[in-house]
Amino acid sequence: MIAELTGSIPAVGASCRNAAQLAAKEINDAGGIEMEGGKKKMIELVIEDTAAKADQAAAAAQKAITRDDVAAIVGPNSSSNALPAAEIAEKAGVVMIAPWSTNPKTTLDAQTNQPKQFVFRACFTDTFQGHVLGKFAAEILKAKKAAILYDVASEVLKSQSELFKQSFEAGGGKVVAAETYTTGDKDFSAQLTKIKQAGPDIVFLPSYYTDVPLQVQQAHRLGLKVPFLGSDAWSTEELIKMCGKDCDGFYLSNHYSPQTTNPVTRRFIASYQAAYGSVPDDVAALTYDSFGLLKAALAAAKTTDRRAIRDALSRTTDYKGVTGDMRFTPGSGDPVKGAVILQIKDDKFVWVTDVRP
Amino acid sequence: MTYFLQQALNALQLGSVYALIALGYTMVYGVLTMINFAHGDFFMVGAFLCFICVARLHLGFVPTLLVSMAGVALLAAAVEFSAYRPLRRAPRVSAIITSLGVGIFLEHLTLALSPYPQHIPPAFTNLNWSAGGLAVSSLQVVTVLLSVGLMAALQFVVARTPLGIAMRAVSWDRETAALLGVPVDRVISATFAIGGALGGAAGMLYALSYPVIDPYMGVLVGWKAFISAVVGGIGDIRGAMLGGYILAAVEIAVAVALPSTYRDFVAFSLLIVLLIFRPYGIFGRPRPQKL
Repeated sequence: MIAELTGSIPAVGASCRNAAQLAAKEINDAGGIEMEGGKKKMIELVIEDTAAKADQAAAAAQKAITRDDVAAIVGPNSSSNALPAAEIAEKAGVVMIAPWSTNPKTTLDAQTNQPKQFVFRACFTDTFQGHVLGKFAAEILKAKKAAILYDVASEVLKSQSELFKQSFEAGGGKVVAAETYTTGDKDFSAQLTKIKQAGPDIVFLPSYYTDVPLQVQQAHRLGLKVPFLGSDAWSTEELIKMCGKDCDGFYLSNHYSPQTTNPVTRRFIASYQAAYGSVPDDVAALTYDSFGLLKAALAAAKTTDRRAIRDALSRTTDYKGVTGDMRFTPGSGDPVKGAVILQIKDDKFVWVTDVRP
Repeated sequence: MTYFLQQALNALQLGSVYALIALGYTMVYGVLTMINFAHGDFFMVGAFLCFICVARLHLGFVPTLLVSMAGVALLAAAVEFSAYRPLRRAPRVSAIITSLGVGIFLEHLTLALSPYPQHIPPAFTNLNWSAGGLAVSSLQVVTVLLSVGLMAALQFVVARTPLGIAMRAVSWDRETAALLGVPVDRVISATFAIGGALGGAAGMLYALSYPVIDPYMGVLVGWKAFISAVVGGIGDIRGAMLGGYILAAVEIAVAVALPSTYRDFVAFSLLIVLLIFRPYGIFGRPRPQKL
């Protein structure tokens, strides 16, 4: 497992590690996975840190493959980390499942734009997410004018913004301001003042959870008081802790809602809470699903041969995960699955609606 | 019009913080002709002290300010005593490299204590006033007034007090000042402590204005303040202040007119161009070479 344990988004790394350890323990407690000849194999977890940096993510993948000789990789989570790691995994012919990387490019070959052979993900893509959010803002929130503020240095946030604009304007709205900032900025007052000037009904803010409180509080200080709409990059409890009342009433798209009645999900939430004392966020749920997918593939392949794992995984057609049912269409590492829209209300993420593909 | 006033106000708030940190660079340089690259990390420690006071101890604004300033002043004096003083007679580059090391040490000490970015709750009820579409918050007013007040106090100390006279004497000629009975070591400690106190205040004001802090926050802000000091004419107090405000104004202007990726690029290019025409900065003068 490779995750962002330190650096700019450590809460993501911690969730990923917790879920990975839980999944490995559950598989091993159940006696491991049956291999060819009836022999059982235990999962041995190797944990690497990317420090949320692209170069360290690539180095971690290289180390896991060559030195630790892993059968498959789960992680990294953020697309900026998953992309370089995916290049390494693809070249080495090792299955990699990125739990939370929504950028379409993660599973695509950089040169040919065709799907990579060995890279999969457990989440939906930005093509889907940006589209869902634009549609939600235009059709359900009935917004006419939207502003966008995004990190121009982040591939994923940039593409989400473009896709949001497309589907929002297709729904009859108009994007009146599209402002940018750069990773590490703390002062957004210039951009927010411009946005206020443009007079939007809603602001699309696909930032990571560490930037959102700063941006929202500065917006409120400048007297910009419209609802904000975020993506799955918002979806950690840390956001609510840091943002407090300022984020109340805001919307975001996410991979799953802890309030679901799905028994598979309920069972996972219960065991995660028993182990770590907190409700698992989407990263944890998706990491758990990544291990679930991997386990199913290993059980079907009955070997740790890297190519056999890949073939078994790509044939997954009906996996009942904690983030919903998923299947892979042949030749693609992107699962077919739905999304949910949540609202922040009284310091909780509250389910609003489900969106099917 | 309101739009431009609002942007000017944004620049004034950011510039106040840059100016306060730039003063720390400028003072140490003025007295020791040494660039203390750990100063940005002193600023970061100030922000974390503010976090401890406000979020953990639930102190008010004034006690928090005192703790941040005193804490960083002590830290700066301690760093000077343990890391820089032994190198007083070594080539100047040794002290500069040591200061880079001290900075990395402080970052990673903070990182070791907690890798999580921390959020700071408001230290006082933030009032928002709105006049004709122009939004002003009490935090902005406090930031600007306190910064300007501290700068005025510093100017007074340097120009009018015995300590200030001693600092200027050490700055002019350390050996002769020592021969004339100026306690050079104590003056240098005091310089570091005052620079640290200003950095601590800046850290606190920054942390309250932009309340998500992390161990690396001092690096970029420190560089920007350092460049402000150079642009203003390093060693000159008025220059450091002016440099801070100029840099903030340029940054805000670029963010308004261009995509934000150009912000640092344009800001720093302008500063380099300015230094081509005024290599010693706006208020700087070439130092007489001692033969």
